[in-house]
Amino acid sequence: MIDQTFVELSRWQFAAVAMYHFIFVPLTIGLIWILVIMESVYVMTGKQIYQDMSRFWTKLFAINFALGVTTGLTMEFQFGTNWAYYSHYVGDVFGAPLAIEGLMAFFLESTFVGLLLLGRDRLSKVQYLLVVFLTALGTNLSALWILVANAWMQNPVGAEFSAETMRMEMTDFVAVLFNPVAQVKFIHTAAAGYVTASMFVIGISAWYLLKRRDVAFAKRSFAVAAGFGLAASLSVIVLGDESGYELGDVQKMKLAAIEAEWHTQPAPASFNVVAITDQDKRENSFEIKIPWALGLIATRSIDKPVLGIDELVAHAETRVRSGVVAYAMLEKLRAGDKEAETRASFDRHKKDLGYGLLLKRYVDDPATATDDQIRQAAWDSVPRVPYLFWSFRIMVGLGFLMLGLFAASFYLLARRRLEKNAWLLRVLVWCIPLPWLASETGWFVAEYGRQPWAIGEVLPTFLATSALTTTDIVTSMAAYLIFYSILLAIELYLMVRFARLGPSSLHTGRYHHERADTRADAAPAPRLVPAE
Amino acid sequence: MLDYETLKLVWWVLVGVLLIGFAIADGMDMGVGMLLPFVGRDDTERRVVINTVGPHWDGNQVWLITAGGAIFAAWPAVYAAAFSGFYLAMLLVLVALFFRPVGFDYRSKLEDPRWRNAWDWGLFAGGLVPALIFGVAFGNLLQGVPFHLDSFLKPHYEGTFIWALLPLLNPFALLAGLISVAMLALHGALWLQIRTDGAVAARAKYAVSLLALVVTAAFALGGLWVWFGIDGYRIVSEPAHSALPNPLAKEVVREAGAWFAVYATLPVAMLLPATGLLAPLAARALSAMNRPGLGFVASSLGMTGIIGTAGAAMFPFVMPSSAEPNSSLTVWDAPSSQLTLTIMFFAVVIFLPVVLGYTLWCYRAMWGKVTVAEIEAKKYHAY
Repeated sequence: MIDQTFVELSRWQFAAVAMYHFIFVPLTIGLIWILVIMESVYVMTGKQIYQDMSRFWTKLFAINFALGVTTGLTMEFQFGTNWAYYSHYVGDVFGAPLAIEGLMAFFLESTFVGLLLLGRDRLSKVQYLLVVFLTALGTNLSALWILVANAWMQNPVGAEFSAETMRMEMTDFVAVLFNPVAQVKFIHTAAAGYVTASMFVIGISAWYLLKRRDVAFAKRSFAVAAGFGLAASLSVIVLGDESGYELGDVQKMKLAAIEAEWHTQPAPASFNVVAITDQDKRENSFEIKIPWALGLIATRSIDKPVLGIDELVAHAETRVRSGVVAYAMLEKLRAGDKEAETRASFDRHKKDLGYGLLLKRYVDDPATATDDQIRQAAWDSVPRVPYLFWSFRIMVGLGFLMLGLFAASFYLLARRRLEKNAWLLRVLVWCIPLPWLASETGWFVAEYGRQPWAIGEVLPTFLATSALTTTDIVTSMAAYLIFYSILLAIELYLMVRFARLGPSSLHTGRYHHERADTRADAAPAPRLVPAE
Repeated sequence: MLDYETLKLVWWVLVGVLLIGFAIADGMDMGVGMLLPFVGRDDTERRVVINTVGPHWDGNQVWLITAGGAIFAAWPAVYAAAFSGFYLAMLLVLVALFFRPVGFDYRSKLEDPRWRNAWDWGLFAGGLVPALIFGVAFGNLLQGVPFHLDSFLKPHYEGTFIWALLPLLNPFALLAGLISVAMLALHGALWLQIRTDGAVAARAKYAVSLLALVVTAAFALGGLWVWFGIDGYRIVSEPAHSALPNPLAKEVVREAGAWFAVYATLPVAMLLPATGLLAPLAARALSAMNRPGLGFVASSLGMTGIIGTAGAAMFPFVMPSSAEPNSSLTVWDAPSSQLTLTIMFFAVVIFLPVVLGYTLWCYRAMWGKVTVAEIEAKKYHAY
């Protein structure tokens, strides 16, 4: 029988290491393009200040990048160590984009990042720009491939279950690659990274402007980030809307859960802005709605309905019953049954095998499940609604807030009224953490909303684990969390230290802490003296 | 499209290529890390050592990541059984590897000597522990791993938690770990002899002279130990090699001498152990003649010979099972589907030469000796 505590701990561990990893990834994905922009301007204009900008932001990039690599290592092996059955069951499909990511993207990114950090004096201006660009390309390609893999977990296209090998096997690589979920997800996630980096650069630059330090340097950095951030936050929102449409198409249950739509509404469905939802009673006790909005977002029409949870559960129940047959036929085939009839029956029902497997939580042999257990399994296909409902709204709210901030920054900068609006600068400094909050809640919606599935409608999460013990998981989780937290504290210390130093950390003698005229009001020397 | 049997064989070779590539590229960085506290006596010397691999270690580490990804894609059953079976050992490897990215990048950002010294030992551990554990893992593969597959092909293990880890650290496996540590350290020492001068290079040269002897002696001892004390595995009956992979469909026995069968049927395979024994000695001689560049090539060949010897001896086994030999995973019954193997084959054929091309370009751009004077001049910008 399934040990739910063990499954929960395995899930917590994966969630924790993945969310830690994603503290560093979006900044890398975005900041590298900001470096490309600054370096390009330097190559085109030859102005020293742009090289200084590129060099300074590269320092912060490096501090962040180191932990991205560190936490990424765990991710690469986490499937095998903690999700062994998952690895066996879907490695044929899921492993391929991961391996191609290594070959095509990680090599590119990691090989050139060394020259990005240490090779400037060995390369010509144009060669160095090329190095920065190739690092950016590698970084963004790796995001593409990992999202192709992730999209397949959400919407497993181009693959079929094989009774002989007892796993999912790839039938159409192009379908896996051009999975509609992957396409929108990649741009949405990459653009979210661009927003993160823009917020980071604009927030720190705003702080220099407030302190009236290195103003020329800060203002140029501010300008790059404002332009890049405005474009990026627009595309995050447009692609987020596109994701909503994809969900309505391929992940109807996740959409219904995000919207707390317990019952199918007459088309076009209205959108719940605020709702108090109750998972046990399966209803909302309070709602504020925008008429038509959900129907328009999810179906791009005014006449197609958005299915509610209860209707989807009824549909799931028929699939569970069909899955019971699939499981029984599979056992016969595995035992050596060669009857054409068994094979034909299995082929008819095998698309519902995953639903049959949901019953393994209650019974070893799904054929013995009672009607109550089947209904229970069907209801298990509903993720936890309140968490999804609210985290989705936090993500969207933050997205619009940041769009507003970039728009305001861009406008005031263009009108040369930035200094007169110190309030905006102050707000920008305080808003630096927002994109991280939005990214983490976004991933929470995507992955928690995928539950109870490890692979959508194919493999339940509780079956996907390794044959380990709770002690194993507790030990490894403690190790990861302790090490990660210490490393994160060190990272933040260095990041804050170097951000406060600003371009003076380049030791050019041209900036605030190193100039005779501004040195007097420099911050007191830190106990550990930064060397770079 | 290549036929299934050929593809399965090709993927055995390709996984070998990736593992050997990992040993040559990242093994060098790990060796340098292991030697760091000993060949660098003061802060500047240690920075010299670190900066010989500073621009390259991250790219080199991708060999490990790609090998992991390729095993996931090409041998999902092995990826599942090995990494969850060696759970705590993998945890040790990962935690040790954590010290490297941060060690390289953060060490010289602050001037406090305690800070720098702590990261130096972190880089030492980040080289030593993975090298040791990977060797120990190979030692256990040669003895068989206590796992079995259930009827739905989920891997299970004998022993839990620490009781699963301790048996892995048996004497033969520790000897295999020593071979691995010594060969990577030798490789790193040769690299340091190429890329440094003065006192650091002299100490590296001295390390080469010792480590080469350790590698050859330990490898020879390992061979004798397998000959006299380790039973191999042999397939008695199995489905056709082109059949759909089913690891439970074959019959396997455990018997003495099975790991030497390949050398009787295919005498040319003897080149592998011969290279493994002689190349480290050649590296030592070349290093003594102040030709560390050729010595580095010899050391790379030596690692190819040593890893190849273990791989060839076990062929077609990849992960033999001591608990239930029929559950063993082999080249024929652990791979993924024909389509996935084909796609991955072309991915490697297209991208690996490109990777090698730009990697060489990067090494060339950064080429030359790293000196104490250079580090002092670039105090704020070098690692």
